[in-house]
Amino acid sequence: MYRYDEFDHAFVNERVAEFSDQVARRLSGELTEDQFKPLRLMNGVYLQLHAYMLRIAIPYGTLSSRQMRRLAHIARTYDRDYGHFTTRQNLQFNWIRLADMPAILKELAEVEMHAIQTSGNCIRNVTADHFAGAAADEVGDPRPYAEILRQWSSIHPEFTYLPRKFKLAVTGAPNDRAAIQVHDIGLELKRNAKGEIGFAVFVGGGQGRTPMVAKRIRDFLPEADLLTYCEAILRVYNLDGRRDNKYKARIKILVHEMGEDEMRQAVEREFAAIGRTALTLPAEEIARIQSYFAPPVLATLPAHSDVLDKAKAADPELARFLRRNLHAHRTPGYGILTVSLKPTGLPPGDATSAQMDVIADIAERYSADEIRVSHEQNLVLPWVCLDDIPAVYAALKRAGLATPNAGLVTDIIACPGLDYCALANARSIPVAQRISERFAALDRQEEIGELKLKISGCINACGHHHVGHIGILGVDRKGEEFYQITLGGSGDETTSIGEIVGRGFSSDEVVDAVETVVETYLKIRTSPAEKFLDAYRRVGEAPFREALYADA
Amino acid sequence: MALFRHGVRVADDWTFPAEGEAFPDSGPVALPRARLIAEWTALEARNAPLGVVIASGEKLDGLEAILPRLSLVKLVIPRYADGRLYSIARLLRDRYSFAGEIRASGDVLRDQVALLVRAGVDTFDVAHEGTARAIETGGIVAVTHHYQPASNDAAEAHAAPGARPWLRRTPVPFPLA
Repeated sequence: MYRYDEFDHAFVNERVAEFSDQVARRLSGELTEDQFKPLRLMNGVYLQLHAYMLRIAIPYGTLSSRQMRRLAHIARTYDRDYGHFTTRQNLQFNWIRLADMPAILKELAEVEMHAIQTSGNCIRNVTADHFAGAAADEVGDPRPYAEILRQWSSIHPEFTYLPRKFKLAVTGAPNDRAAIQVHDIGLELKRNAKGEIGFAVFVGGGQGRTPMVAKRIRDFLPEADLLTYCEAILRVYNLDGRRDNKYKARIKILVHEMGEDEMRQAVEREFAAIGRTALTLPAEEIARIQSYFAPPVLATLPAHSDVLDKAKAADPELARFLRRNLHAHRTPGYGILTVSLKPTGLPPGDATSAQMDVIADIAERYSADEIRVSHEQNLVLPWVCLDDIPAVYAALKRAGLATPNAGLVTDIIACPGLDYCALANARSIPVAQRISERFAALDRQEEIGELKLKISGCINACGHHHVGHIGILGVDRKGEEFYQITLGGSGDETTSIGEIVGRGFSSDEVVDAVETVVETYLKIRTSPAEKFLDAYRRVGEAPFREALYADA
Repeated sequence: MALFRHGVRVADDWTFPAEGEAFPDSGPVALPRARLIAEWTALEARNAPLGVVIASGEKLDGLEAILPRLSLVKLVIPRYADGRLYSIARLLRDRYSFAGEIRASGDVLRDQVALLVRAGVDTFDVAHEGTARAIETGGIVAVTHHYQPASNDAAEAHAAPGARPWLRRTPVPFPLA
C-alpha cells in the first residue's frame, strides 16, 4: 500500500486547517450557505435531506485494517454506527454534524486519509480495479498509476473549478472491472508490440441524463506521458467545456459536440505543445511508487488446497459461497474473496462499525492487512491463502458478511435515493431491499446466474442503472414514485448503455416486473451457460417487452 | 474594487477606455481583445504601456504576435466558479512566456487566491470585501505543499532530486506572487 511520507502528511494537515477555517467562517456566519457550498463540496461535505453527509476518499478502493478500524470508530463516535460504501469506492457517513467535521478530518489524517475532492467540480477520487495487484488476468497493477494521478490531481491549481465533476478510472486487466468506458477519462494498462507498458486512453464516457460510452482517443500512451496527456485533456476541457448548462457540462458532451477526431486532435496538439516538463514521469520514479504496491510475501503453495477441498465437501454452504465469492488469484494457493455487503433485505453497501472491525481483524490476520472497496459496493479480501478460507468464512458468517451472492441478482448497486438524497426523485434502497427479498432463495439465484441489477433514484444515475444488465431508474410522475426499466447495459470491456423497454412501473409493480424479466430470460436462454447479458444481446428487447406489457 | 499587486494595495495606474471612448495619448492603456487587435497600428505608435482585457470565455487567439509587446493582461471573472482563466493564465506564462502583469479581476474569494497565484496571476482586483481584507491582513490560509508544478515554478521550492519530481513547496507565510 502507499504510505505517506512527511510531505504527504503536511499536505493533508494543511488542507484540514484550511477546511477547518472555512467551517469556522460558516459557523460564525461570515460565510453564507451559498458561499460555503462550493468550498464544502470540494471537501466532500454535502447538505442532504436530513443532515450533512461526509464522503471520505478511499483512493482506488484500497484500505488497511488500521484505516478500516478508524472508519468504524468514526461511525461509532460521530454517526449512527454505520457507513455506506459507494460506487466510487468511497465511504459516506450520512449523519454528521458540521461542527464535528474538523475533528473527524483530523482523525482521518492520522491514518493517512482525507475527504479531498470527493465532491465538487474538480477531479474526483481515482478508481481502479478492486482486484488490482492480485488478479490472475492482469497486465500490471493499476494502483501505482492511480496513486500518481491522485497526487497530480490533488488541489491542482488549474483544474479546481472545472465546468463539472471529472472522474478517472484505471484498469490493469483486459477484463474491465473498473467500468473505464463510462468515465471522463478511462485508462487501460496494456503492453505494446515491443512489450512496453502504457495505456489505451478513453475519453468522454459517463452516465447521468445523457449516457455515453467513451471514445478511444489514444491506442497506446507511454507510461511516462500519463500526467502530461491527462493535463492536456483537462486543459482542453477546462477551456472549451460548456458552462452555460450544468446538464451539458461534462466532457462527454464536449466530445460529442466536437466529434471524436477533433477532440483527439485538440488533445494531441495540447499534449505536443506542453512537451517534456516535470510532469514527464521518470522510470525510476514510477518504479519507486510501484514498490509501495509490491505484493505481500506469500508462501509457495500448490494451486490446490486439500484443506479447502475437505471443508468444501463437508459444508455445502461454504461450497456455495466459494462458487460466487472466490475469484482467481495470480499466485497459486491463494484466492480473492468478495465480502458481500448485500445481505437479504438490507441496504446495499452499508456496513456497521462492528462489521468494519470484524473485516479489519480478518484482513489483518488473513489478507496481508489489506481490504478493497469495489465500485459494486462490496468489500474484497485480496490476499487470502486457500487453506485459510474455512476460518475466514466462519468469521465472516458470524458477522453476517458471508452472503454468497457476488455477481448474482441480489448483488444490487443502489444509490442512496430519496431516503437521503436531496436530488432524488424516488427511493432506491427500499426497492433494492424488496428485490433482494423476492430473490432471496439461493438456489434460484444461482440458477439465474450472473446478473447485474442497478438502481438509481434519479437521472443523475449514481446507481449506474445505465450499465446494469437490468437497470432501474426512479422518476417522479405527478408526485408518485415510478420506475423505468432498462435492459442490456454493461460496464465491462463490452460497455453498452441499457435501453428503456417501455413505460415505467409503480413502486408496487416494479419487483414483479423485474421478476418477469428474469423469468423471460430463463425461458429464452439456450442453456444455463448463456448469461443474461448474452441472451439479451442475442434476442433484443422484444421478448422482454412482450412479457412485461402483454396485458397492456 | 480593491487592487493588490504582489499583496500590496495600490492605486490603479491603468486606463480602461469604455466602448467607443477614445484612448488617451499617454499613460498605460488596456483594451478589450478585439479592439486591441483592430486598432493595433495606432496603439503601437504610442510610447506607453499597453494591455489587453480578456473577457470570460475569450481565448488568446490572434494575440500571439502582440503578447510580447503587452505589459498587462486583465482576466475578467464574472463568477468565481468559472475556472477558464486559470488555464488562460497558465498558457500566458508557460506557452507564451508572458512576463507582464496578469490581473484577476472580479469575483475572487480568498480561498482561490493561492490557486490563482500558482496559475500565474500576480495582481488581484477584487470585489469581495472579505477577500480584500484577507489579502491586506495576511489572512490567506492555504496549502503550501503541492503535487504538481504550476506556472510560478521559479518562486517555488522543488523536492530534492530523485524523489517525486512533481512536488513543489510555497514558502511560508504565503507570498502573494
